[in-house]
Amino acid sequence: MLEKAACFDEMLGDDGTRAPYALVDAWLKSLPRDQLELKRREAEGLFRRIGITFAVYTEGGDPERLIPFDLIPRVLAQAEWQRLKLGLEQRVKALNAFIHDVYHGREILRAGRVPERLVLHNSQFRPEMAGFDLPGHIYSHIAGIDMVRTGPDQYYVLEDNCRTPSGVSYMVENREVMLRLFPDLFRRAAVAPVAHYPDELLETLRSVPPPNCRGEPTVVLLTPGIHNSAYYEHAFLADEMGIELVEGEDLLVQGDVCYMRTTRGLARVDVIYRRIDDEYIDPLVFHPNSMLGVPGLYFAYRAGNVNLANAIGAGIADDKAVYIHVPEMIRFYLGEEPLLSNVPTYDCRLPDDLKYVLAHLDELVVKAVHGSGGYGMLVGPHATQGQLAEFRALLKARPYDYIAQPTLSLSTVPTFVEQGIAPRHVDLRPFVLSGGDRIRIVPGGLTRVALREGSLVVNSSQGGGTKDTWVLEG
Amino acid sequence: MHLTIHHDTLYRYGEAAHRVFQALRLWPIPGGGQVIRDWRVEIDGRKLRPTCRDGFGNPAATHVIDGPVAALSIVVHAEVDTQDRQGVLGDAIESLPPLFYLNASELTAIDPALQALADEQADPSGGEIAQLHRLCASVRERVDYRTDSTHVATSAAEALANGAGVCQDHAHVLIASARALGFPARYVSGYLCANAEGAAASHAWAEIHVNHLGWVGFDAANQMCPDERYVRVAVGRDYRDAAPVRGVRMGGLAETLDVQVRIGEGQ
Amino acid sequence: MLARTAESLFWLARYLERADYVARLLQGAAHMSAARVDADRSSEWESAIIAAGCQPAFAAEHAQVSAAAVIHYLAFDTRNPSSIVSCIETARRNARTVRTALTADMWDAVNGTWLELRGFDPSQLDDDRVAAFLDWVKLRSRLFHGVYTSTMLRADGFHFTRLGQFLERADNSARLLDVKYHVRLPNPEDVGGLVDYYQWLAILRVVGARRAYRVLFKGQVTPIHVAELMILRAEFPRSLVFCFEQITMQLDQINGQDPLRSAEGKRLAHSLYAQLRFGRIDHIFSSGLHEYLTDVIERSDELGREIANGYLF
Repeated sequence: MLEKAACFDEMLGDDGTRAPYALVDAWLKSLPRDQLELKRREAEGLFRRIGITFAVYTEGGDPERLIPFDLIPRVLAQAEWQRLKLGLEQRVKALNAFIHDVYHGREILRAGRVPERLVLHNSQFRPEMAGFDLPGHIYSHIAGIDMVRTGPDQYYVLEDNCRTPSGVSYMVENREVMLRLFPDLFRRAAVAPVAHYPDELLETLRSVPPPNCRGEPTVVLLTPGIHNSAYYEHAFLADEMGIELVEGEDLLVQGDVCYMRTTRGLARVDVIYRRIDDEYIDPLVFHPNSMLGVPGLYFAYRAGNVNLANAIGAGIADDKAVYIHVPEMIRFYLGEEPLLSNVPTYDCRLPDDLKYVLAHLDELVVKAVHGSGGYGMLVGPHATQGQLAEFRALLKARPYDYIAQPTLSLSTVPTFVEQGIAPRHVDLRPFVLSGGDRIRIVPGGLTRVALREGSLVVNSSQGGGTKDTWVLEG
Repeated sequence: MHLTIHHDTLYRYGEAAHRVFQALRLWPIPGGGQVIRDWRVEIDGRKLRPTCRDGFGNPAATHVIDGPVAALSIVVHAEVDTQDRQGVLGDAIESLPPLFYLNASELTAIDPALQALADEQADPSGGEIAQLHRLCASVRERVDYRTDSTHVATSAAEALANGAGVCQDHAHVLIASARALGFPARYVSGYLCANAEGAAASHAWAEIHVNHLGWVGFDAANQMCPDERYVRVAVGRDYRDAAPVRGVRMGGLAETLDVQVRIGEGQ
Repeated sequence: MLARTAESLFWLARYLERADYVARLLQGAAHMSAARVDADRSSEWESAIIAAGCQPAFAAEHAQVSAAAVIHYLAFDTRNPSSIVSCIETARRNARTVRTALTADMWDAVNGTWLELRGFDPSQLDDDRVAAFLDWVKLRSRLFHGVYTSTMLRADGFHFTRLGQFLERADNSARLLDVKYHVRLPNPEDVGGLVDYYQWLAILRVVGARRAYRVLFKGQVTPIHVAELMILRAEFPRSLVFCFEQITMQLDQINGQDPLRSAEGKRLAHSLYAQLRFGRIDHIFSSGLHEYLTDVIERSDELGREIANGYLF
């Protein structure tokens, strides 16, 4: 069971305010409480006006909701960040090498380091990608790596998001709002900037032109449209990069070349940052009835006339059972020891693991292998008897769909809640950009915070909020 | 054997379509000892060449026709030298390992009836080839050959429940039941020259992966392994992956098809 | 520029212009009705419905024309695609799909309007509040006009926005005049009478041109001068000739489009503009004002279709 006292508070530490938080601590102490409430409302107004909303499709309520924003920043020292950064680069390099390998020679499977069936019988394995060489051998150009912290030096990777990770617009806009609300604070702190993320993203996308591209590649962002929960982010990124935000109907494939319809006629498109799922990309190959995609896009892709970021089939590395093997991938492809730790994970398809999980269900977190957004998840220590019984039945019926992990005592950061300032659990999603030339990481990431007391679920669809994430310079 | 194929398809649209997109897998995939002397595909008289290979290794290309489209013709003309290898594929370079083809796909999902059909032939006596021939026989026995009883989206389970179908359904049922026995299996689309009079058709059959031999073709519809009268074109988990033509159209009502295939021996 | 972006900007501007027009119609009707110059007060509300182009749809749902029904239908009914609320919703939806083509101030103007709109509860609105609501709609529409005019790059996005605004305005001006002249044709004995006079004055009120009229014509309000102002006076920014001057200018400035596809739209716009520019009001009246306006409305519709076709909408 998780004891509140047992978790690491990133500001208070074990013996007094930790150095990176000295300024934030002093600032909080000097700030009148009603001032904080006033600023909180101002921030909310700013988010509404800018239109940074997140569509949540549940019964009733406002379909365009704000993700609660907490004013108190989460702070990492430069040295802490440097360690994370090296680990992230290493991990994403190995993930890309792994995805390339499973669609080519499958060396890691032959070597018996990752179970063959886990990959070849995985619903995220896309045979459509077999034997296809991608520019720079990059599949996950944009990866979001979810991390948690349990102590001053203990970080764990919770999961890898290699398909279409979202949330980076919050990283940039949270900082923007903080700068507007508290300019003085930033004058006193040396915080590494994050506003150049869109430039770095564009550089990354331009570094992977398709083989048949001549000259400067034309990059577009493909969105499912305004009803998508992350539409604001799509518009924000396209705008910041100065590229067209297109929907499926704006694109046309002719002679296996992809074009966009413009007022001047058809214009060739070279790189598509797509924010639609694999299955909707091309109705001639995937869902025949998809209206979101572009007929023939897959063939233009395979013909080397257009590149997609992220690649089709990158989801094979997202799978929570594949996750177990990432440290092994790092050793196999890079010949290095992993710098970032995995959370010890029980693979329910293994009989011994399953037995253990069933016996200790009330201590563990159980996750659906293909789930995301905190759905299909059981937090044992917080679950009711009914929920435990339900998951016990699910695990017995479909063990290969689940993994389980011990409940970690996630670190906390002071958070402004109704009762005042109180510790709340946080995670961190840094965004790693892999281009044909190099890896780029903007210092920081998205900090998500579980606003309910004691809660460990930080997902925005489950009532989580966000914070500005500071990496201190020097 | 030298085969000449002439495959002529005419699509007619009940009401002119605004735009028609099609993905074609009408060019032969290498393997099986067939040697291509000539292979041409024409859309409304324009020659189309494959621009890429899909993940299964099939050569493919797409085309789009802007409307109004009332009709659309696809012609395949080919000259192929074939040999009888008793279905053994042998030399092909594969992009996907056999183990992948144990996966069920949408049209070949295994239901209890398919599992039961497979279980009846679980006895491996006489070797795997003999076992698979027995499986072919029982598939053919349970699924009568009847045109118009199924459509392109009919699944193996539905065809078996129906008790009738065409070569596509025989292939699907055989694939699903072979997988249920633990054999990797896949779908092949191609051509069959049925007799000396030139009666011929677009055809579909299965390939099953057997230890020591590799991929071996099994035609459940005709209860035999492919010989020199068969021409392989495309492979996949099921019809969807290997369909000679997949299309999307904007506007236009019901699509009807006129198909003529002539295959002759010699010139 | 993406064809869909051009299309969304075009409709964004059209819908905000329409919201403004509908608000003006409702204010005009309320004024006439309050002034009690006409015994049949429901007729003012009926004119508003007709001038908004909503008559058939309204009649299908309402047996009788009443002030409350018309106000609700034209201002708040979400099932009416031309109601003010629907116009603002549609405008914002268009704005959202092309956020990258808007300046931050434009988005602020459209989104701010939409956010404030959600604060109005139609069931809580009495006459005064309705009047305040309509004033607010006009204000927000002017805000959008000012903001895009002063912040947008003079590039294709601007041209398509302005094209939408002025095509809508031309259509509105033509309908407004036509309704007075044709639909509400007075009894012969009323011509030149008090009711007739007030109705022509009401047109000026709707388009906010009483002072402009006085400056240009210096006398009594007469039908022929009102029509001249609304059709032929290039000084007046709601006249047909002014609108078509704007439309042709935008079409000529849109960059590098496919000349074959866009030629027909340009031809239509220029021929209509030439006819307006060199027209004479006495000729228009002698050959029939209603026929003239009907022709303009039909040709504007055709122009709208040709623009869609010419720029791949």
